[in-house]
Amino acid sequence: MIKRFSYALAGIVAAMALVPAAASAAEGHAEIARQHWSFSGFTGQFDKAQLQRGFQVYQQICSNCHSLKRVAFRNLVQPGGPEFPEASVKALAHDWPNKITDGPNDQGKMFERPALLSDPILGPYKNDQEARASQNGALPPDLSLMARARAVERDPPWYIHPFLMLGDILNSYQEGGGDYIYALMTGFSDPPAGFHLVDGKYYNHAFPGHQISMPPPLSDGAVSYQDGTPDTVQNYAHDVAAFLSWTADPSLDQRKRIGWQVMLYLLVTTVLLYIGKRRIWSAIKH
Amino acid sequence: MSGHTSTYVPTSRWGKWFDERLPIARMIHGQFVDFPTPRNLNYLWTFGGILTFLLVGQIVTGVVLAMHYQPSAAEAFNSVEHIRRDVNYGWMIRNFHSVGASMFFFAVYVHIFRGFYYGSYKAPREVLWILGVLIMLLMMATAFMGYSLPWGQMSFWGVTVITNLFSALDTVINGLGTAIVEWLWGGYSVSGTTLNRFFALHYLLPFVLAGVVGLHLWALHTAGQNNPTGLDLKEPSDAVPMHPYATSKDAVGLFAFLILYAWFVFFVPDYLGHADNYIEANPLVTPPHIVPEWYFLPFYAILRSFTSTFLWIIPLGQYAKLCGVVAMFSAVIIIAFAPWLDTSRVRSAKYRPIFKWFFWFFVFTCIALGYLGSRPAEGVYVAWAQVFTVCYFLFFLVVMPVVGLIETPKKLPRSITDSVLGGGAVLPTGATAAPEKR
Repeated sequence: MIKRFSYALAGIVAAMALVPAAASAAEGHAEIARQHWSFSGFTGQFDKAQLQRGFQVYQQICSNCHSLKRVAFRNLVQPGGPEFPEASVKALAHDWPNKITDGPNDQGKMFERPALLSDPILGPYKNDQEARASQNGALPPDLSLMARARAVERDPPWYIHPFLMLGDILNSYQEGGGDYIYALMTGFSDPPAGFHLVDGKYYNHAFPGHQISMPPPLSDGAVSYQDGTPDTVQNYAHDVAAFLSWTADPSLDQRKRIGWQVMLYLLVTTVLLYIGKRRIWSAIKH
Repeated sequence: MSGHTSTYVPTSRWGKWFDERLPIARMIHGQFVDFPTPRNLNYLWTFGGILTFLLVGQIVTGVVLAMHYQPSAAEAFNSVEHIRRDVNYGWMIRNFHSVGASMFFFAVYVHIFRGFYYGSYKAPREVLWILGVLIMLLMMATAFMGYSLPWGQMSFWGVTVITNLFSALDTVINGLGTAIVEWLWGGYSVSGTTLNRFFALHYLLPFVLAGVVGLHLWALHTAGQNNPTGLDLKEPSDAVPMHPYATSKDAVGLFAFLILYAWFVFFVPDYLGHADNYIEANPLVTPPHIVPEWYFLPFYAILRSFTSTFLWIIPLGQYAKLCGVVAMFSAVIIIAFAPWLDTSRVRSAKYRPIFKWFFWFFVFTCIALGYLGSRPAEGVYVAWAQVFTVCYFLFFLVVMPVVGLIETPKKLPRSITDSVLGGGAVLPTGATAAPEKR
């Protein structure tokens, strides 16, 4: 049993070594490249400074059209996120241009009030119809879950498929959404010759069908970073993709931290149980 | 329950008093402490215990989730996000539950393949086996309804596609299929009404499942466990008491399995799901590829392999969908007939040189069907799905009956003890160890 298990383990390790080579061989046509993220892999955690920069990009650019309704202002303060100071987030919420509709008040009227820490981060539109009306019929989606709701499909030959799957599981690859957002943000260009672009659409190599209603949102220098990070489209795209990865999975840091404690406990217990089992069975040939 | 009688002796006056009125401790002692267990069980036999743990785990995490979940079209998706974001450790409970479904199927498939390899379905375990198939059917229904609850795009469209299968009955009796589908939906399309009833059933079925698992265990402890040799327990030295022997091994198996489970829960929780399910259900937008969860993929491949022309020559025309539906359900039901389809009296494939190879080809067939089910239904994928669908059914309808007739099994050891101690070689052959022909 042990022998067979060790063979299987050796096989898996060998496959692991082969996976990256096989993957790159199979991905000759892939358009969406995997990025390096601070939170990738089973030990990765969010980079607080990057999340703060990502929020800055969201606030100054994305929030002109897109809401973030599943994230409350208080989440920006919580551990595992951008961890802005509470006072500044309170001020941010109060000054957020998109007010909260509350009520009815004593006169039975709905009224608008500034956002509190507990309120969601709203976009500029009251509803989808208003959004479509002001965006030529296109709907800017809520961004809260974007990084979980997108994945990068790979289509390797069938004999490589199992190794890629195994590699992704063992490397705990969960960043397809971030990779996609980065590719989308940096994927705008002029359409290739012969490509028929519908009026009012923009060419983007990462977007399915390559025609997107959103104009290129980022340009070098559009956001002024305070921490010395160069103001480039690549940096904006990377930071906002990281920020949206956090909004889609705010418990990631805690999840991986607890995960290691659980793994350690399970590994030690399994070994102890195995030793106990061997002692119990030592008198019996089986 | 079985021929085995409990050796339970109450140690206290209170224990004696209780035992005379409700001998539950006697029953537990007899069935789970000194129950005779074959001494040669390998780790594949720990999956029964693993599955019991998973069932309890799914019920416990499921009940907690139900306390925070709202089964309505307007609030279902939001309430799942509420669980992920605002409920204390809600993300963990939810991951345990959603990954748990996948782990449940992984474990049950290992459990079933183990049964095929070692001939656990053969007499006297036919009822045990049929109850097992019933458990698998209930699991599939439960998992399918559970997947609809997050009310994401894949939930919604998965429900739409699968419930629509019943409309194939329209080709038998006009209007029957449509009537059934509308009855299932509670309306003219998949809606909040459908979600509501699926939630009710998703809460109910696990308890039905637990009841059938009870029967499964009862049947198991009546017939006794099979073992890698496939031989019956013949002498006392063939068996060891369940506790501490089988229990200590089960504990190792369970914890090793939990490592795999926890890896997915904490490091790749969304790997087994689909990104589209993080988009709220929208009846007006169909996702480009509607794919079920991985554990349904082999059956999904069988369903889709029935196109208007099957295997280049067989015309199915308007009945293609009906054939696909019938084939998909048959693929599960046919497993229940294995005890009578297999003509060999030797249980374990260890001693069946020809069947062994067909077994591994059957495993390959199932994995291949799973892969093909995940691909778009077009071109070469459909052709291969048709080929492997035929292979799947040939395993039951041809391989099982025919191989049993033509195969000469290897010499069986006289008993489990002999197989373990290698005693078969020193015993005079022929008298007791005649290989069973057929």
